[in-house]
Amino acid sequence: MAPNETAQKLLLQGAQNAWDMLSEEQSQKHITTGSGDLNGILGGGIHCKEVTEIGGVPGIGKTQLGIQLAINVQIPVDYGGLGGKAIYIDTEGSFMVERVYQIAEGCISDIMEYFPCHHDKSSSGQENLQPESFLAGIYYFRICSYTEQIAVINYLEKFLREHKDVRIVIIDSVTFHFRQDFDDLALRTRVLSGLSLKLMKISKSYNLAVVLLNQVTTKFTEGSFQLTLALGDSWSHSCTNRLILYWKGNERCAYLDKSPSLPVASTPYAVTSKGVRDAGSSSCKRVRVM
Amino acid sequence: MANKLVSDMCLPPHLAHLLAARRLTTAKDVLSLPEVELMSLLDAGLATARDAVCHVSEFACPPCQTALALLDERVRLGGGGRLATTLCGLDEALGGGIPLGKLTEVVGPSGIGKTQFCLKLALLATLPECYGGLNGRVVYIDTESKFSSRRMIEICQKSFPQIFRQEGLAQKMAGRILVMRPASLSDFTKSLEQMKVTLLQNDVKLLIVDSVAAFMSSENERGTTGFTQHPLRWALSFLKSIAELTRIPVVVSNQVRSQSNDDGYHYSFEVKRMGDGDGAERLESHLVAALGIQWAHAVTIRLVFESHSGQRFIKVAKSPMSPAVAFPFIVESSGITLLNDEGIDVSGPEITSIRCQGQNLLGLLPLEN
Repeated sequence: MAPNETAQKLLLQGAQNAWDMLSEEQSQKHITTGSGDLNGILGGGIHCKEVTEIGGVPGIGKTQLGIQLAINVQIPVDYGGLGGKAIYIDTEGSFMVERVYQIAEGCISDIMEYFPCHHDKSSSGQENLQPESFLAGIYYFRICSYTEQIAVINYLEKFLREHKDVRIVIIDSVTFHFRQDFDDLALRTRVLSGLSLKLMKISKSYNLAVVLLNQVTTKFTEGSFQLTLALGDSWSHSCTNRLILYWKGNERCAYLDKSPSLPVASTPYAVTSKGVRDAGSSSCKRVRVM
Repeated sequence: MANKLVSDMCLPPHLAHLLAARRLTTAKDVLSLPEVELMSLLDAGLATARDAVCHVSEFACPPCQTALALLDERVRLGGGGRLATTLCGLDEALGGGIPLGKLTEVVGPSGIGKTQFCLKLALLATLPECYGGLNGRVVYIDTESKFSSRRMIEICQKSFPQIFRQEGLAQKMAGRILVMRPASLSDFTKSLEQMKVTLLQNDVKLLIVDSVAAFMSSENERGTTGFTQHPLRWALSFLKSIAELTRIPVVVSNQVRSQSNDDGYHYSFEVKRMGDGDGAERLESHLVAALGIQWAHAVTIRLVFESHSGQRFIKVAKSPMSPAVAFPFIVESSGITLLNDEGIDVSGPEITSIRCQGQNLLGLLPLEN
């Protein structure tokens, strides 16, 4: 160990210098969203060790993006992925397993397209790429009340100790039960901030990405009602990145609302039968437009 | 799970005693307190409080399944489970019909055909499996007194003449439909509460609420200062849990109201860029669903019924597995008939808008504002 390094260790236990952090950051792989443009504004994809919040109006594709991430995190290392597992915490019951299967198939067919030679050479590796194995890599919790939601987040730490290969935790949505049946709003804020601290800690100590899907609500500001993400202002501090999905004319767009390292930007994307993809790439099976 | 008793959790004795002494009897009691408050209530150190939370969480946490196990279960229980609407194009877009175990919403202006759709679904669910039904009872909560047995039987006799030629079948099938007419919101919530038991015991295969918005007019006020919890929110999560627990489809219809100018339509970052240019857009979208955006988040499938350019349409406005597609339809003596099964592709947010044409309809709209 170099002498100055030893000195640093003595200086402050548990600290890491900024240069080391940078090189660690650069060696990190990101979880692809399926859309190159979307990865672009996110700086390569969803980052591990960070909490990312994704919000949007009903039907915009939050759940789709969530499922897509749960599949994409499992792309094997040979094919440029992380080869990890996913935890999917479903509070709304909108997780449709048939759709997950479809997205997994779409993901595999895209891998085959990008790595044709890879696929020919190693027939042993191909065995890995079955939609079933992707489905087996998603740990699914169905939550029916906010108590269970709190419980599952507390329990995650233990679960992760036993499942070290999990690289993403998706909560769809973080809002639902807290908006249904929590009466004391001040208490709600405190409980939520406790949860967000725990999630932040988990993401750091297990080197995984936490993705929170959030609903939108309307808020009265500057004389008019505007759309905003639910759970209020103090909650919005709890995520590292915040991505808002919205309609711009006839296009689905994503807007990076908050990020400590990336500029505010927006880009179109599309939800196709294969999952989340670039806006231009949507397969035009049905051409007639209203 | 939330109401699981602490005493049933086999906690280490010192923790069990401590929690019992402070009257923290359920998982909910323990977990809905922030750490610091729990410490002061237990009069114990951080380590003890964390230990308690950790233990209770583990017991209250629902079991974990892999998505693969979920798929296997789905296959074992009969191929995903759908209630076919017998409208071919719509069934195809929905992957076979209305999914079991999910909440499906039908929304549209009055007189467009929502009730017609519900009536047909009700009778379809009672049919034996060989005719594509679910062979069970149906609970039909009719909040607006619009249920008509005669019309229902007419629809079915006209659409399936070959089945209903059998003697007494109509009587038998209609006998399986239980219609409830709650008179007020409290009546409604009460009947929902009772239902949980009834549904499981009586082989009920479909629950329809037509319409869920009827009691809402006074509840829908959204103040600028905070929001109050009203019973309809409770009804919402309750309906969802019923659907999942009993694995039956739950179909609710929703009314529309005219969009008030104040309705949130854009994010703040959008407004800044667009300036005043959004006025025109607001004029275009006339109607919104009577139950607001929170309700829309919660339903798994949303079908919008609308009319424009002299045509009525069913749109698959929200569904995790379907393309954005619209089907023109007409209402005739046999109920709703699709004009074609191909559907029309809809791009952009148009899929969620609700349009309504014709003065006669506009006059009937529930204008609450």
